[in-house]
Amino acid sequence: MAMLEVKDLEVYYGMIQAIKGISFEVNEGEVIALIGANGAGKTTTLHTITGLLQAKSGSIVFEGKDITKTPGYKIVSMGMAHVPEGRRVFANLSVYENLKLGAYTRKDKAEIAESIENVYKRFGRLKERRDQIAGTLSGGEQQMLAMGRALMSKPKIILMDEPSMGLSPLYVNEIFDIIKEISESGTTVLLIEQNAKKALAIADRAYVLETGKIVLSGDADQLMNDESIKKAYLGE
Amino acid sequence: MVDVMSFVSYLLNGISLGSVYAIIALGYTMVYGIAKMLNFAHGDVIMVGGYIVFVFVSTLGLPPLLGIFVAMILCTVLGVTIERVAYRPLRMASSPLAVLITAIGVSYLLQNLALLIFGANTKSFTSVVAIPPLKLADGQLTISGETMVTILVGIIVMVCLTLFVNKTKAGQAMLAVSEDKGAAQLMGINVNGTIALTFAIGSALAAVAGVLLCSAYPSLTPYTGAMPGIKAFVAAVFGGIGSIPGAMIGGILLGVIEIFGKAYISSQMADAIVFGVLIVVLLVKPTGILGRNIQEKV
Repeated sequence: MAMLEVKDLEVYYGMIQAIKGISFEVNEGEVIALIGANGAGKTTTLHTITGLLQAKSGSIVFEGKDITKTPGYKIVSMGMAHVPEGRRVFANLSVYENLKLGAYTRKDKAEIAESIENVYKRFGRLKERRDQIAGTLSGGEQQMLAMGRALMSKPKIILMDEPSMGLSPLYVNEIFDIIKEISESGTTVLLIEQNAKKALAIADRAYVLETGKIVLSGDADQLMNDESIKKAYLGE
Repeated sequence: MVDVMSFVSYLLNGISLGSVYAIIALGYTMVYGIAKMLNFAHGDVIMVGGYIVFVFVSTLGLPPLLGIFVAMILCTVLGVTIERVAYRPLRMASSPLAVLITAIGVSYLLQNLALLIFGANTKSFTSVVAIPPLKLADGQLTISGETMVTILVGIIVMVCLTLFVNKTKAGQAMLAVSEDKGAAQLMGINVNGTIALTFAIGSALAAVAGVLLCSAYPSLTPYTGAMPGIKAFVAAVFGGIGSIPGAMIGGILLGVIEIFGKAYISSQMADAIVFGVLIVVLLVKPTGILGRNIQEKV
């Protein structure tokens, strides 16, 4: 059984149908990439999974439980974290306060302190800037904070929305290295990226979205060599 | 010497009145910060608090502290109910004006309910403060018990609220929701619950403010809350709407300005001066004294 199973999902913005019946699954331990152009429905899909949007029909099953209608705030404690597009760190709070909020659903203070240390170990720059107001961090640092904050909930699966967007090439490489690390440490990853080349390089499998539908899916290596993908997304 | 004494006395009265404004303004500013709405019914919750204490203490003879406690509980229930019934269904409405107009409607509803139940006659409110006035400097300076208690309560409220927001999990959740509801939800924060909690705290504070206000100015009518409510709103804007320390500073400054205006310029002009100050502040610094510029999201 897949860890996360999305079936015949349809999502509307008012009258406009953004997701037109997509199905996909994520198995435990995998890195899955959802690729596609702007407006294909990638972000909408993630928002619907974590309850920021409501599905019109279809189902989302996480570890055997139907979470289609579960209020979003309850999904976090089930073991799912979401690093939103544009990072959305709490700009007026400090790095440390942001990380603490990431652990909002957890109770044990000693374990939370340990998790913060782990985040600092993984992201040295956040430790240096622990008391700095998050809004004053650079884009790359904010992305690290958003990822660290998501890790603070001890997720089994982490959903990442365009983590490399707007970052300098140096940071992009670093962010992808970190995603790899997160995956290797046992967390399942569902990744949305416009940078299809990088995404396919670290993914196990991928789904290609076009205007609300999945048009192609398969192993990442296989897709990387697919002629239509090369043309449309890899710029070759 | 006498002039210095009266100056000190005006200053203390100003700080005392300002503390009441600050306590009300905190409710305004917290609700604005988190729900991005102006709760114009907030002032009328003060009036309800006043009437509850009037009924329980002046009429039924309950001990004042117990009466205040009852008023805080009932006002909390009232505030949360208003939010749940009148505001929450409109939170997703396409126009933010809808909830603003609803708030004005709730304000009139509360005023008219009070009119229906208690009538239009002014009720004389018995002060809940039993402390005798303090006479200093050979009787040249008299500080009333109400003034002392109000300032003290103001300080306690401000300290407790600051600690609550900065040191507790619920307080941090409030800050998170006020910044970004979606991101807060992704942390596992119950956004609706947090907004309800904010209304609860604001309404409990309004009850406290109502009791303090009616103890210092002991006449109670269904419109008692309206003017202090508007002035506290001015104080909140003055200090920077959405900012908790801003509401405190704005409230106290406004109280001091009002009392000094009454004492040294003209008692008829005092309100005009208060609102004039608001206009000047908004012209010079549109975000208020401690207002932050809204951060652009990348």
